[in-house]
Amino acid sequence: MANLIGAVTTSHIPAIANAMANKLEETPYWKPFFDGYPPVRKWLNENKPDVIVLFYNDHGLEFFIDKKPTFSIGVADQYQNADEGWGIATIPPVTGESELSWHIANSLVHDGFDMTICQEMKVDHGLTVPLSLMWPGNDYGHVKVIPVCINCEQHPMPQPWRCLELGKSIGKAIESFDSDMTVALFGTGGLSHQLDGERAGIINREFDLECMDKLVTDPEDLTKYSNLDLIEIGGAQAVELNMWIAMRGALRGKVTELHRNYHAPISNTGSGVLLLEHEMPS
Amino acid sequence: MSYIEDQREVEGTVLFDHRMAKKGYGLNKMCFSFNDQVGRDEFSKDEAGYCDKFGLTEIQKKAVLDKDILTLLKEGGSIYYLAKFAGLLKLNMQDIGALQTGMSVEEFKAMLVKNGQGK
Repeated sequence: MANLIGAVTTSHIPAIANAMANKLEETPYWKPFFDGYPPVRKWLNENKPDVIVLFYNDHGLEFFIDKKPTFSIGVADQYQNADEGWGIATIPPVTGESELSWHIANSLVHDGFDMTICQEMKVDHGLTVPLSLMWPGNDYGHVKVIPVCINCEQHPMPQPWRCLELGKSIGKAIESFDSDMTVALFGTGGLSHQLDGERAGIINREFDLECMDKLVTDPEDLTKYSNLDLIEIGGAQAVELNMWIAMRGALRGKVTELHRNYHAPISNTGSGVLLLEHEMPS
Repeated sequence: MSYIEDQREVEGTVLFDHRMAKKGYGLNKMCFSFNDQVGRDEFSKDEAGYCDKFGLTEIQKKAVLDKDILTLLKEGGSIYYLAKFAGLLKLNMQDIGALQTGMSVEEFKAMLVKNGQGK
């Protein structure tokens, strides 16, 4: 049984990559954001997960709208980052964990999730920014990563309830994997923001804080929202909360909040960090 | 009823749904090509000709040449792809926000700060 030890939430904005590349972490704008990460880095360095299952959304690097998977999972030994067209530097390849990936994919399809299973997958800032944030200097080569990609780009998108169910199925698959490896989860993207239209710039601090509370104590409660509710309350891109909800669904045992940070705005977004410790169900 | 059949309108928001995905296919495909330096260079050399290569409508083409983000959204552009177009123009997300809301970039940034503080 693989051991699921905890989970982290974080934003994955391209501007974060540029801020790190330009060493702006200590500037007044960025400091309250980056101050949220040292406790998470410390926990990761002390607990040394072998594998990260990372929930993110593709922003038009691997998937164009010619074919748009609702849920996809990488099953490769390695993933390449590539030019996204915004001037952010590409970063070193990410190591995969194909055996556990295939085990999760098999289990998900068995449970009724019709995954797109990817033996090749270019990974964009949605996946790489969180890795750079957790291991500054892109020192993430020792960690194996399993990308789980959720459509947040083109409607119809999977809804919160479905994402929570996806997470539950992934948690069950990790528990049933015959290995002593340790696994942590990253839920990336979120919280409230809107990039497009006359309503661009919306941030709903109160809603963000409520979502963070509910993610710890009562994730089922977040399934009362439809995607349209999320858009209305938190902005067009608030549907990225679905990645955090999916992540939380995979934590099936006792969950303890070890650390939290919330800061807004970063770029156009409310940015929340949670570090959750997880005890496997007995 | 699926959530996209929900009749609620979210003011100032264009849902990138099946209608938009179809209407904006060529436009988004062009923006997708901006992932590559070759595409960015080709566009910069002949913007109108590059729009024609992807079969953009006259309205879309004019909006690209005018950098009119709101019209591009209404004509089927996805913000995820328009962002690549914006990057090519050296505009960041606050610049784009300002363009869409009719504010100056400083006013838009001030609004973000105010919203972020929950005011």
